[in-house]
Amino acid sequence: MNPEGLLYSKDHEWIGINGDTGTVGITLHAQEALGEVVYIELPGVGDKFDAHKSFGSVESVKAVSELFMPMSGEVIEVNSTIKDKPETLNADPYGKGWLIRIRIANPAETSALLSAQAYDNYISAEA
Amino acid sequence: MSARSASRGCARIRRLVLRVTDLRKTALFETHRSLKARMVPFGGWNMPVEYSGIIQEHTAVRTSVGLFDVSHMGEFIVSGPEALNLIQFVTCNDASRLVDGQAQYSALTTEEGTVVDDLLVYRESANRYMLVVNAANIESDLEWIQSHNTFIARIENISSATGLLAIQGPLALDTLRVIADISLNSIAPFHFARSYVSGVDTMISRTGYTGEDGFELYFAAANSVQLWNSIMSAGKRHGLLPAGLGARNTLRLEAGLLLHGNDIDRTTTLLEAGLGWIVKPGKGHFVGSESLAREKAEGPKRKLVGLEMLGPEIAREHYPVVVDEQEVGHVTSGSPSITLKKNIGLAYLPVDLAAVGETCEVLIRKRACKAQIVSTPFYKRSRE
Repeated sequence: MNPEGLLYSKDHEWIGINGDTGTVGITLHAQEALGEVVYIELPGVGDKFDAHKSFGSVESVKAVSELFMPMSGEVIEVNSTIKDKPETLNADPYGKGWLIRIRIANPAETSALLSAQAYDNYISAEA
Repeated sequence: MSARSASRGCARIRRLVLRVTDLRKTALFETHRSLKARMVPFGGWNMPVEYSGIIQEHTAVRTSVGLFDVSHMGEFIVSGPEALNLIQFVTCNDASRLVDGQAQYSALTTEEGTVVDDLLVYRESANRYMLVVNAANIESDLEWIQSHNTFIARIENISSATGLLAIQGPLALDTLRVIADISLNSIAPFHFARSYVSGVDTMISRTGYTGEDGFELYFAAANSVQLWNSIMSAGKRHGLLPAGLGARNTLRLEAGLLLHGNDIDRTTTLLEAGLGWIVKPGKGHFVGSESLAREKAEGPKRKLVGLEMLGPEIAREHYPVVVDEQEVGHVTSGSPSITLKKNIGLAYLPVDLAAVGETCEVLIRKRACKAQIVSTPFYKRSRE
């Protein structure tokens, strides 16, 4: 269920790496645990964050969740359509529901991330 | 990503998906599972927070009908010749005004006039009452009442043996009518009657926690699955949806109904909470009557007010409220209002800052977000 080409964090974010840029979103599992997303706060282009630092938040009717960087980097693009259509995050978390694109600061950080299979195992163990 | 449950503090998602083995379950636990409900811990119970989604369930209750399993709530029977005297002593409202078949919103009060719990008092007969209390407080309420029982009234905790379903919404009556052996129109708001629903001996109460018309059904817990299934079938043609605690919370907040543990507790007085209308010092001495009479004369120092956020941010419980860069209070409940499409909340503010129309700021992730004080309830149903 989780796409093969992506890497996953234990904080339930995914990153799709293409050269030195990465596209970041939250996982199917994360959006299911949250419920219907009603509000999203994202950083501005040019903001820099270290891995595991909060770069924004997602809210459902019931809960607030912070978003954590899967890798260190600088924000180069923000999904501008998702703020007006937060439900996209539930409908298509690995596609139209992407959140930010970053310029990856330290490619070696991928070693701390999980493959699709390892993330599947991680969330089944959690449940 | 980490998640903060709006109801209970800060937790990572991995803890939201809790190991729930030591939580209590209602008789409908397997039913909820088969309906694919998302289950969460609530007041020591493993309860459904949503089935099809909070927004859909909320809307069903506002426009048609929703069905809630609230069997986790507690029920005590207080009986004997001294039953009324005990109830009058531990609660703030005047239960002597009740007639058989009538219910009353009331509270258990401390000597300081703060809230041990809010509850419903049902008068079955002059010598027999039922108290309905919040799930998280069953044990502490029972202990509290027993410790004040110098009257030697009989107190029986029937919580585990009692099922409770709430059918709420404009089509609640039409749903139940088909399966109830009694004319439901004969039961006025805040009244109840004993009858059969789908063959199950039931106490049918015209009460609820949503701001809509509706009924709460009390019955032997062993009949839970049968009754649930009958109501689900009867409601099918009306678009009935099973609804969880998520929708229950957004519905009650819109209707300005308070939640014990959030909006009221042993640190807030009834008058601060705007519940002066259930405080009846004229009925005679009760626990907290002196404090409440004094506070009523002097006026409370702070007040629970309704907030409407002026921007897109959502206020949540515990967020500080700021006026002129001074922290002056905190949010006790906050959520998107699904009916009004605004973000609303409740907060305690000093009385001089609590006037409707005044503005304040709610600190949300270190940002001051503008809010306006509005009157409650936020939502009031139209009655023909």
